[in-house]
Amino acid sequence: MKSRQALAGWMFAAPALIVIAVFFLLPVLAALGLSFTDFDIYALASLKNLRFVGLANYLVVLRMGLFWKALGNTLYFVAVGVPLSVAAALGAALLVHSRLARWKGFFRVALFTPVVTNLVAVAVIWKYLFQQRYGVVNYALGALGIHPLDWLGNPHLAMPTIILFAVWKNFGYAMIIVLAGLQAIPGELYEAARLDGAGAWRQLRHITLPMLGPTLMTVGLLTMVGYFQLFAEPYVITEGGPLQSTLSVLYLMYNQGFDWWNLGLASAIAFVLFVFSLAATWVLVRLGRRKGWV
Amino acid sequence: MRSRRLLPVLLVLLTALAGGCTRAAPGGRIVVLHFWAMGQEGRMAARLVRGFEREHPHIRVEVQQLPWTAAHAKLLTAYAGGTTPDIAQMGNTWIPEMAALRAIVPLDGYIAASHIVTPSDYFPGIWKSNVVGGKAYGVPWYVDTRLIFYRKDILAAAGFDHPPRSWAGWARMLAALKAHARPGDWAALLPLNEFEQLVSLSLEQPGSFLRDGDRYGNFQTPQFQAALRFYLSFFRDGYAPRIDNTQVASVPIEFARGHYAFYVSGPWMIQEFATLMPAAVQNDWATAPLPGPTGAASNSGIAGGASLVIFRNSRHRAAAWQLIEYLSRPSVQDAFHRLTGDLPPRRASWARPDIARDPYAAAFRAQLERARAVPRIAEYEQIVREMQTIAARAAWGELDVTQATALMDRKTDAILAKRRWMLAHGRLP
Repeated sequence: MKSRQALAGWMFAAPALIVIAVFFLLPVLAALGLSFTDFDIYALASLKNLRFVGLANYLVVLRMGLFWKALGNTLYFVAVGVPLSVAAALGAALLVHSRLARWKGFFRVALFTPVVTNLVAVAVIWKYLFQQRYGVVNYALGALGIHPLDWLGNPHLAMPTIILFAVWKNFGYAMIIVLAGLQAIPGELYEAARLDGAGAWRQLRHITLPMLGPTLMTVGLLTMVGYFQLFAEPYVITEGGPLQSTLSVLYLMYNQGFDWWNLGLASAIAFVLFVFSLAATWVLVRLGRRKGWV
Repeated sequence: MRSRRLLPVLLVLLTALAGGCTRAAPGGRIVVLHFWAMGQEGRMAARLVRGFEREHPHIRVEVQQLPWTAAHAKLLTAYAGGTTPDIAQMGNTWIPEMAALRAIVPLDGYIAASHIVTPSDYFPGIWKSNVVGGKAYGVPWYVDTRLIFYRKDILAAAGFDHPPRSWAGWARMLAALKAHARPGDWAALLPLNEFEQLVSLSLEQPGSFLRDGDRYGNFQTPQFQAALRFYLSFFRDGYAPRIDNTQVASVPIEFARGHYAFYVSGPWMIQEFATLMPAAVQNDWATAPLPGPTGAASNSGIAGGASLVIFRNSRHRAAAWQLIEYLSRPSVQDAFHRLTGDLPPRRASWARPDIARDPYAAAFRAQLERARAVPRIAEYEQIVREMQTIAARAAWGELDVTQATALMDRKTDAILAKRRWMLAHGRLP
């Protein structure tokens, strides 16, 4: 009886499992295999030109200056972008949730709109907004008497501009989740706090934030995993420049894999990135667990 | 991940396409040639081949247009899936790679027997860029070489009535222009993410940036270092802005506004300038050969462009060759020039009245005689991109010339490791 039930269960799960195995597990295993070879354009000509190189690709990656630069850029993007996104989401959610707010529906839609726009299209628009000579941002700064900045041409400013764009593009999604979290906080807690004489700031610090802990944790994790895969923004806006200051690990992998067909090396880069994002996630989960948020 | 899933779909599509390869018409055998062409040429090729079909009623040509950005990946996937066309337009720098893959066939036999394709009539550098391991794999279709576009009026205002001819003369002119420039304007535009300018300058020096049969980098020579030093002076002396081409909103408009007096680019820019620049400045711009290190006689440049190739998989190689011969006729190349603005690769075509009178094309004609082929290896583009990345760092002051060229050699040697192994095992044509 029990085994028949188990069989039925497997049968129901089978379609999904097969899809996962064929479209996820197999390609991942194939890529892992590829990362131990020097698969390149010559191997495409004849598999006789394919050599098994063991861990050599990984050693090459770890010794590649450009990889560390790309990793540094990616970590910069994650370390600044994730807290900013979560903070923006929290701020927007609090504003939209506030009892004082008017036209809540309108603001929710307006703040969520960037999420549903096409990334390439808005990235091109941002590129023009931040153009040094003609961009409207510098025009506005000029009206305030501020000297125009070379937003996307200065190696120190390009990544902050990309971060700004990513935060603007993505915070709406996190805002919706935080909003749901806010709505789940029982009203009595605030009532009790008010009776005890707590003002708005103390209510936020001692009720809203602790109650939102698990939600913020989830939002932070999701955003972080997504931000580790930075690619489309620099691809469209800066092509990784200036001076590789916006080159991400994924972009480097794309260069190696699809521009030069060094698929072995590109696979190795992918797995190294995987290890790094796994480690970062693990750290965040550990932190959350200590606070009881996971 | 996404491309890997796309690949099978592409292959199926391509197989379906190639399936129509030998369809027998009821009245007799009709040969269908599949011809892949890119971008603008792809659009115009369909018109050009009509005349060929009239001359050869038993051959039908199906032109498929590929966007340039996707063309390289599509050729490689077609090769992997065994669904290559009969004949294709191919950027010169891709030919060594396709030859290494044994995807395309040498054409020496056809060329030797041909009365139309006569190698001596072609510009030598252009012809050579199709020769890999002593065999010709392509017939040049149109050419491109990078030279200078300049604003006559801005030069005149600074006291110059002719374009620069030597590097030293160019440097003097740039310094004078810088002194005359309005704030925010520059003497020249050389985007830091384009490798062609530095490669062009280095080709004006004797020798090559690769050595020992293109097995190792050769950037640390006095010749290349001189080219790099001159290139870097544009940025170090403040003649050109340190920007990538992604930051230039529109070159014709900025050029028209006088933000730049010099620009280094190729023949397609003639049409861009002619159509996009306002009428008021149309008489103020001109083209000139790239200044040479020691004067006009030392001028050179990249022998670039696109060629026509025949794929190994083709079952109609003879018919494909007939099409190549047709497209190589001076009269057809003249028509092609009028349709696309592309410049023809052979002197006979340049003798036709239309192009001979074109004032903007004349500078190209002069430089094409001296343009040199770049190294013909599959890794070429990866090497020059790496070179440019390092040159950009030097332009920003992160590296000096000695450090930069040492780094270029080190990176290039690493990129060429597999090629050395292939050569040592006799696996390259």
